Amino acid sequence: MAAELSGAPLRISRPVRRGRSATTEAPAVRVALVGLVFVFLGFFLMLPLVAVFVEALRGGISAYLAAIVEPDALAAIRLTLIVAAIAVPANMVFGVAAAWAVAKFEFKGKSLLVTLIDLPFSVSPVISGLVYVLLFGAQGFFGPFLDAHGVEIIFAVPGIVLATIFVTFPFVARELIPLMQEQGSGDEEAALSLGASGFTTFLLVTLPNVKWALLYGVLLCNARAMGEFGAVSVVSGHIRGLTNTMPLHVEILYNEYSFAAAFAVASLLALLALFTLALKTFLEWRFAGAIAAERAH
Amino acid sequence: MDIVLQNISKAFDDYPAVHDISLAIRSGELIALLGPSGSGKTTLLRLIAGLEFLDRGRILFGDEDASAKSVQERNVGFVFQHYALFKQMNVADNVGFGLRVRPRASRPGRTEIRRRALELLDLVQLSGLEKRFPMQLSGGQRQRVALARALAIEPAVLLLDEPFGALDAKVRKELRRWLRDLHERTGHTTVFVTHDQEEALELADRVVVMNAGRVEQVGTADDIYDAPASPFVHGFIGESSSLPVTLSGGTILVAGRPSGLVGAGAGAARLFFRPGHVDLLRPGERGIAGVVTGSRRLTDRRRLEIAVGGSHSVEIDVPSLPETSGVLETGSEVVFRPREFRLYGESETAPRRAA
Repeated sequence: MAAELSGAPLRISRPVRRGRSATTEAPAVRVALVGLVFVFLGFFLMLPLVAVFVEALRGGISAYLAAIVEPDALAAIRLTLIVAAIAVPANMVFGVAAAWAVAKFEFKGKSLLVTLIDLPFSVSPVISGLVYVLLFGAQGFFGPFLDAHGVEIIFAVPGIVLATIFVTFPFVARELIPLMQEQGSGDEEAALSLGASGFTTFLLVTLPNVKWALLYGVLLCNARAMGEFGAVSVVSGHIRGLTNTMPLHVEILYNEYSFAAAFAVASLLALLALFTLALKTFLEWRFAGAIAAERAH
Repeated sequence: MDIVLQNISKAFDDYPAVHDISLAIRSGELIALLGPSGSGKTTLLRLIAGLEFLDRGRILFGDEDASAKSVQERNVGFVFQHYALFKQMNVADNVGFGLRVRPRASRPGRTEIRRRALELLDLVQLSGLEKRFPMQLSGGQRQRVALARALAIEPAVLLLDEPFGALDAKVRKELRRWLRDLHERTGHTTVFVTHDQEEALELADRVVVMNAGRVEQVGTADDIYDAPASPFVHGFIGESSSLPVTLSGGTILVAGRPSGLVGAGAGAARLFFRPGHVDLLRPGERGIAGVVTGSRRLTDRRRLEIAVGGSHSVEIDVPSLPETSGVLETGSEVVFRPREFRLYGESETAPRRAA
């Protein structure tokens, strides 16, 4: 071979494509694809978000603040926080329990349970609300009984809490189930064999193993609990200052053509969404190693 | 501590994982449970640990019936194939876990737990790694941490489920020797599960060969290899060739012809021998005759595949000498005789030697 090289100089007919792999597209295609995504996101996501804040601040900062500290608005904010403060911890407990049951035990009807956990995602929230009206409303199944004992559920705070719990139930459970299934019960068995009680094992081994997934689930659950409209709308009765949550309050203001006030309250919900996303991103960035460790088992 | 299993059975959804097994493990013994996948060896280990519960039978720890005791009460050190280290805790906390979760009355102080953990890390030759997290260790190191963690609770018995199964071949061999040394130093009664016969024979004082939820044979490496108690053990441990034979008037007929081997009994039986334990005979001598159908060179031997009586294929190893290389090509006829063999009838398993 070496002898043959002494002849005519080698001619390279094609430029060498340095630093490219088989899965890399040509630069023009890359720019076009990335650009398309940005245009799409900008148009459908960023623009509306910006519009919310622009509209909210249209009347100036003082009008904005006035709309928020107005008593009905404050009542709506308070109710939203109360509902979330009940629904989120409840779903955290239910979600962990459901995930634990599904991932660590074999029992009859397990696949049915997994399907049921997804039910709130597949049912329209309006239907979810209506179900509670049918059960607990004045003409409902338990209506006469509740009425006789002076318990108000529909068109009152308990109904709103129930509807919110129903709608946000899957978030924690769905975040945990695949992870816990993947992790298996080896760590738990190890802890038990070392003499730890069931509860100690849960606290020291199971929970730390899923803490990031749990936190994600709780964040998403909270965002939805505060933002839920459909189911809550059906059971709330829209009583101003009493059973109006923030999303419902926004709708009422909007229907009354109080656009600035509607957008002011809406901007709070938008801020909550942004805060949730930012917190999630921050946690992912800050604890990337620990999160990867949780997934890698 | 002596551990005695009395007629224990366990079924999963009607599938008998462990069927009527009895076994006495002496204090300080190193026992291997060896068998193919699905033979019930891991289930048996988990039954001893209390990670599964018996359907029938009894398990005695010393003189005490442990059958109904929980895994916590049995005080066993269990080592898992995939380590099962607590990845949110550093190495020292992993090792000290069993002490940390003790009830307040019997829990050592914080510094004492740490001292014990460091002492055990020294024992498993991992001093200096106590602040690392499991993710930062190699497979072999992780398994040694798991072992230190199991030893920390001063277990009545040490149970290891395929402890080296997830490691590469070189580390496996190192750890094997190291475990043997550790066992000699600490003297814990130890039961380990493996599907690697070499590992079982090299490490264990006694090997329990399992198949389909039953014990086929219990014995030393010599017993198991030289005197396999059943066709399964013969076929599973080491290399084996086998042929269907007929016993008649004290001789063994292979494919209807006298083979020059003698054996008592009558009727159909199965002849087992090791491929390496054969002598090649001259054509015409009385032995097992066949036709070479394949030949492969191993390191210092040649392995021949031989069709006997037309349809039965056996393997034999012959020395790879210049003078045999041409003769033993595919299609040529050979006559051979096993130096040692064993006969297994329908019911009898008595060994016999070649005449």
